[in-house]
Amino acid sequence: MAHDTAHHESNIGRIWKVFFLLSVITIVEVILGIIKPAFLVETTLISMKLLNWIFIILTIWKAYYITWSFMHMEGETKGLRRSVVWTGIFLICYLIFILLTEGDYIYEVFRGGYKAWDF
Amino acid sequence: METTVTKTGTEDQIWGGGNQPLKVSYGKMMMWFFILSDALTFSGFLAAYGFSRFKFINSWPIADEVFNHFPFLHGVDAPMYYVALMTFILIFSSVTMVLAVDAGHHMKQKKVILYMFLTIIGGLIFVGSQAWEWKNFIKGEYGAVETKAGQILQFVDTEGHRVALDEVAIVDTNKERAQHEKKSGIWYEGEATLPTYSIDEIRAGFAKNKDLLIRTQILTEDGEKTVLSREESLRRLNADAIGIVEGANLVHNEYGTPLFANFFFFITGFHGFHVFSGVIINIIIFINVILGTYERRKNYEMVEKVGLYWHFVDLVWVFVFTFFYLV
Repeated sequence: MAHDTAHHESNIGRIWKVFFLLSVITIVEVILGIIKPAFLVETTLISMKLLNWIFIILTIWKAYYITWSFMHMEGETKGLRRSVVWTGIFLICYLIFILLTEGDYIYEVFRGGYKAWDF
Repeated sequence: METTVTKTGTEDQIWGGGNQPLKVSYGKMMMWFFILSDALTFSGFLAAYGFSRFKFINSWPIADEVFNHFPFLHGVDAPMYYVALMTFILIFSSVTMVLAVDAGHHMKQKKVILYMFLTIIGGLIFVGSQAWEWKNFIKGEYGAVETKAGQILQFVDTEGHRVALDEVAIVDTNKERAQHEKKSGIWYEGEATLPTYSIDEIRAGFAKNKDLLIRTQILTEDGEKTVLSREESLRRLNADAIGIVEGANLVHNEYGTPLFANFFFFITGFHGFHVFSGVIINIIIFINVILGTYERRKNYEMVEKVGLYWHFVDLVWVFVFTFFYLV
């Protein structure tokens, strides 16, 4: 448990910088969510609105800053970083892929009119 | 810790445990792997939400119409401002937490106390806000009519503005129907609370007021709810409607499919529970900091570990915020 306290230099400046960045990203998200620019809503990329892709990318960007800076993942060893982050990302991507594909399939079945559901 | 381990004299050598490839203490590593497994739990919920949403992609409720309250602004349509405020509160409490960790590295007890205190306050404000959000969601605003198939029909005027049930209904004053309670029956059986209006009162009011139309759950090309013509509205209301819905619970939901309410309660509830337990754990560590436990231990790693958990809660909220309120 010997922890060398002398090695840690203060990074308060960086903390506030990251806070500022996270705030700006959130504000941009809220503004986009309220005005909903028409061209972003109308443009579709891989069966999803461009606006939604922007939201998801901004969210992952925020998540990156929270993990790397606040949770101090950048200071951990490569081994720990990879065993946590890669495992998570791989399993989550896999889960999202199968569930969304399945959800879309069921939507198509409903739309096919084989089953009455709106009465 | 040394007291529980038998010394073999080979501690510094690779096969004696001298090799620490991750260069991190046991507790911190386990916190990381707990966070990983918890992240997978949350992503399971959110992916299931995505599944249901893709299944009902053309009839899912519009979040901006559901979550549009702000404290002290009654009747003002304020989508997202409140939840954005909640996000700020949580991010800010994450900042104070990381400042506490930083102060801990420099063994500044006073500063750790101050920052942890602020973190706890932030967490409590967040949980309170979440409760307020739930209250609005459960109470509902306009009310709606449910059909035989469990579909929701909402009322709008000719300009597309929502109309509440009490503006639609013509109350039948001769109605002699009291709620059957346990005390009044012979077999000690009660019944559920009676709805505010019967479906007949709604039908009567709707037939009288020519300006009213019905809005279904189906989304149009522009991402708005379909408004039916007057004839079609009358037909749907008379043929399909079976009762009224006010607010939301796990079975009925005036905003749309009950699945939306179920996921809302489950995911934000599970997250709120994490915040709540995070606050409790923070309080325990806070007391330890005040007592000087970590001063005597000569390191503040415990603050770092609860800090990891607290940031994780913030991390999850960032995703919940996106998938429930933005996308």
